[in-house]
Amino acid sequence: MTDLAIQLNAVMKKYRYFTLDNIDLQLPAGQIMGLIGPNGAGKSTTIRILLGLIHQDQGDVQVLGHRMPAEQVAAKWDIGFASEDMRLYEGMTLDWHMSFIRSIYPKWDAAYSQLLLKRFGLRAQQKIKGFSHGQRVKATLLLVLARRPQLLVLDEPTTGLDPVARHEILRELTAVMTDEGRSILFSSHNTQDVEQISDQITFIDRGRIIDSMDKEAYLDRWRRLRLEAPSGIELPALPGIINIRQTGRLAVATANAFVPDLANAYENTGARVQSVENMTLEEIFVANVEHSREEVEV
Amino acid sequence: MSNAFVISQSDKRPIYLQIMEQIKQRVAIGDWTEGQAIPSIRQLAVDLQVSVITVKRAYLELEREGVIVTQQGKGSRISPNPGLGIRLQQQELQKHLEQAIRLSALLGIQPEELEGRLREANDNVAAKEQK
Repeated sequence: MTDLAIQLNAVMKKYRYFTLDNIDLQLPAGQIMGLIGPNGAGKSTTIRILLGLIHQDQGDVQVLGHRMPAEQVAAKWDIGFASEDMRLYEGMTLDWHMSFIRSIYPKWDAAYSQLLLKRFGLRAQQKIKGFSHGQRVKATLLLVLARRPQLLVLDEPTTGLDPVARHEILRELTAVMTDEGRSILFSSHNTQDVEQISDQITFIDRGRIIDSMDKEAYLDRWRRLRLEAPSGIELPALPGIINIRQTGRLAVATANAFVPDLANAYENTGARVQSVENMTLEEIFVANVEHSREEVEV
Repeated sequence: MSNAFVISQSDKRPIYLQIMEQIKQRVAIGDWTEGQAIPSIRQLAVDLQVSVITVKRAYLELEREGVIVTQQGKGSRISPNPGLGIRLQQQELQKHLEQAIRLSALLGIQPEELEGRLREANDNVAAKEQK
């Protein structure tokens, strides 16, 4: 059996206007999971539950073999968490922060922290109040990366960064994977980042998990079919198709359970298949959210 | 040795196909030779800044095509006869060409016209890849 870095079973958390409902999640050790979903979907709540910062009403949470929230103190030595709302001390230098973290975490890697300073273009002697948004994000990441935690949990690590900074962050995250035992969970609105570096993708919307699986298998299930219908015929949504739009004789069908036979099946209805196209994660994201909301409304 | 790989976000093909193609190119032009050890899945993923699972898929498909061989615990190498995989692709191309010829005959398209259409299709593909 593969070791699981994160395991959530039937986790539930009720708020007045929002419910995180029946969340099941598994992240095998040595992998990167991208958590995506619209604003307010429950990404941050899920992250805070698995860190033990918020206590679930029901369900089991295990992180690196520790039951949460009961064993959160023991778990935290091996978890590195960074989020946008994390505050550094404005009046102190980055170097002061680095010494502070080093004094708490014995695994602090001083050589790696110096390397990251250089790669991120940060000045250790500068006070935080002089840092730009991007520099603050990079400083926060430096402080967790140099601890070399077994599990990195990052809430929106690339939001608001310029392309060069984003690239630097993605490079450091993928470099973590050189070590087979380490894992990363990150949430992002940037589907391009998720598509590029994740091994697992988890889609969350309105407090529920819509999909959670291996990225390659996931992208492979989605296709866009461009079809030409015979005159006067409206093409049906065959099994595996979640949406079909037709104007005149031209139709576009979106498949979320694509198999090559699906194209043949359309040809059997008399349609001509003009093309079968791969979809980007961004396109899948939008199609999937629209589809799941239609289902809820029906 | 994997520095010159380019993974393009504007390329419509999935990343694993882009990786496969670039490995085959290296074999075809002789940069990577028979029996040569190639980067481990994890190493190439880190170098290209893509997920491990994507590189794993590219390697699995390349193995299926006979371009590389992977031994548990020993990593991957270019297969002793990588040309076999590329030859299979040649056969695949031949099959598609013959299929196109049969279809044209059905539609009453003359060979000269088909040649023109092929050139047109080539321009279309080139234009799309430029985008």
